[in-house]
Amino acid sequence: MKIIYLDNNATTQVAPEVLEEMEPYFRELYGNPSSAHTFGGQVGRKIREARESAAEFLGVDPEEILFTSCGSESDNAAIQSALELNPDKRHIVTSRVEHPAIKSFCEYLAGKGYRVTEIPVDSEGNLDMGAYEESLTSDTAIASIMWGNNETGVIFPVEEAAALAKERGILFHSDGVQVAGKIPIKLKDSNIDMLSLSGHKLHGPKGVGILYIKKGVPFSPFIIGGHQEMGRRGGTENTAGVMGLGKACQLALANMEDENTRVKDLRDKLEREILNRVPKTQVNGGQSERLPNTTNISFGFIEGESILLQMDGYGICASSGSACTSGSLQPSHVLRAMGVPFTMAHGSIRFSLSIYNTEEEIDFVVETMPPIIEKLRNMSPFWEEKAKSCGADKMPF
Amino acid sequence: MWEYTDKVKEHFMNPRNVGEVEDADGVAEVGSISCGDALKLTFKTDGEGKIVDARFKTFGCASAIASSSALTEMIKGKTVEEAEKITNEEISDYLGGLPKEKMHCSVLGQQALTEAIAHYKGEAIEEKEGEVVCECFGITDMEIETAVRENNLSTIEDVTNYTKAGGGCENCHDAIKDIIRKVSGEEKPTSRPPLSNMQKIKKIEETIQNEISPSLKQDGGNIELVDVIGNRVLVKMQGSCAVCKASQQTLKNFVEVKLKEMVWPDLVVEEVTA
Repeated sequence: MKIIYLDNNATTQVAPEVLEEMEPYFRELYGNPSSAHTFGGQVGRKIREARESAAEFLGVDPEEILFTSCGSESDNAAIQSALELNPDKRHIVTSRVEHPAIKSFCEYLAGKGYRVTEIPVDSEGNLDMGAYEESLTSDTAIASIMWGNNETGVIFPVEEAAALAKERGILFHSDGVQVAGKIPIKLKDSNIDMLSLSGHKLHGPKGVGILYIKKGVPFSPFIIGGHQEMGRRGGTENTAGVMGLGKACQLALANMEDENTRVKDLRDKLEREILNRVPKTQVNGGQSERLPNTTNISFGFIEGESILLQMDGYGICASSGSACTSGSLQPSHVLRAMGVPFTMAHGSIRFSLSIYNTEEEIDFVVETMPPIIEKLRNMSPFWEEKAKSCGADKMPF
Repeated sequence: MWEYTDKVKEHFMNPRNVGEVEDADGVAEVGSISCGDALKLTFKTDGEGKIVDARFKTFGCASAIASSSALTEMIKGKTVEEAEKITNEEISDYLGGLPKEKMHCSVLGQQALTEAIAHYKGEAIEEKEGEVVCECFGITDMEIETAVRENNLSTIEDVTNYTKAGGGCENCHDAIKDIIRKVSGEEKPTSRPPLSNMQKIKKIEETIQNEISPSLKQDGGNIELVDVIGNRVLVKMQGSCAVCKASQQTLKNFVEVKLKEMVWPDLVVEEVTA
């Protein structure tokens, strides 16, 4: 069965060019970049080149790029460093809709006695900037606000948020994992102090990430060990991973236009056609500025895991914010923070596209979804009772 | 992705008996859309107590739909009396097992069956007995107790998997823990031969020494056995326990529970202060 992969916010296909770039470092170029001999040293030179590619991708200088093991490490390290370097400050500002790499880490820190403020979002997923500004105090060590939401694709005004933090002398970090490769990032004149990226979300390999640290922003290492990464992260470099990520950054830059035109058009078509063909659906965060590849659609009166498993039968891959999918009993914290009613939150499906998707695939999904939804709704005790009998068009969403 | 058995997947992809029986003799609706799963079960009998048709409508995940499908297949052809005996475990077994996080789906089916049979018999559906413990999902202490007892559950996670209780805000976790303790301390008549007075005192001493004292010592406290009168165990709290505000809790929820479990179910622990 052909796989139609629409789950690119979870992970992406490694680009063939990336794999090709990585291969020699698993084979003949296995040297340690820190070694004194030429054999190892040549790998060190290649890592410098990968760092330059990453820097160019973000519009920054190579020495502002720290390679890590993943987006979560970058997120944890940024916050940990801010707290370490500001021992008198005990307050962290973040949002209610962060990825677990920030959310769970902040909950852990709250257990250690730090005060954590989670800024709410409105029904369209937009950050409450008023509440954000008010939350910044002289006790705030760091504000960490994600750039693009992984579930809805809603984009936060991080430049504005960073400027407000800077005015008050507060460090600003952003989880940029979902925006990398999807919208242009230009950090040269930005007020963002630190930014996290992950390799496998932009057609790079898993197990490698980036933490951008603005020149002049102090940093305290998260992993203490050797002198690698200019003394900011111990541990022998993931050479193949770093090389792959460097290549992925080059490709992402080259594909940025395709992502924001063709991929966006495919996303829009998918969304439009599903909404046209299937009653009682809504796009969560659909009125907001969003990533070009993401749509989060709720199908009323049915449950997300059933939808996913039916789609799985056709080889279509996506995700759901339903409770049953994750094993928790509550639907996604993002949809709950937006106040999406339970009737809709349980039946939410996230489609996230990439440059590798084709129009034929989207057409197939558009044809396949309506009968799946109809089959499940015909099984649902709520569909007939609530929707059909009182007129499907009169439901309050 | 959940590890579903082939049978679960098969029943999910090709569910049997979807819909509603016309002129049904037994009808039940359980669960709710906010809880994440709900089931409407209808069945018809041949007029002599044998179920000839059964149908379902389910809102929920794959295992909820498969459990409902399985349930209808299981009750068709059975008498109401036979159907009444079906447990949630049997529904799960019919499907070759469910992931433990999904056991509440089989419980939902069993609940619907019980209510549909009550409806058939013309019995008023019992009002939910007991106090609501889990506010998020509206689960009562009685429901939790039943699940704990029938499925031999020992952790909060188990209780959440079977009843959903505790799966939301987690405020009720202490209350659930208390229920588990209470049930685990219950009398298990067949497994306990009667003890002579001497044996009882000896076992109480051993339990205090090996099971209770070491835990209390970790917090800088201790306990001394003063006397045993019938089933009354008189003890003196020592060290930090003697001045600890929570010592009554410790006494009832830990010392007494442990002694009931290890020695004799009817024991009552009392503190002597003098």
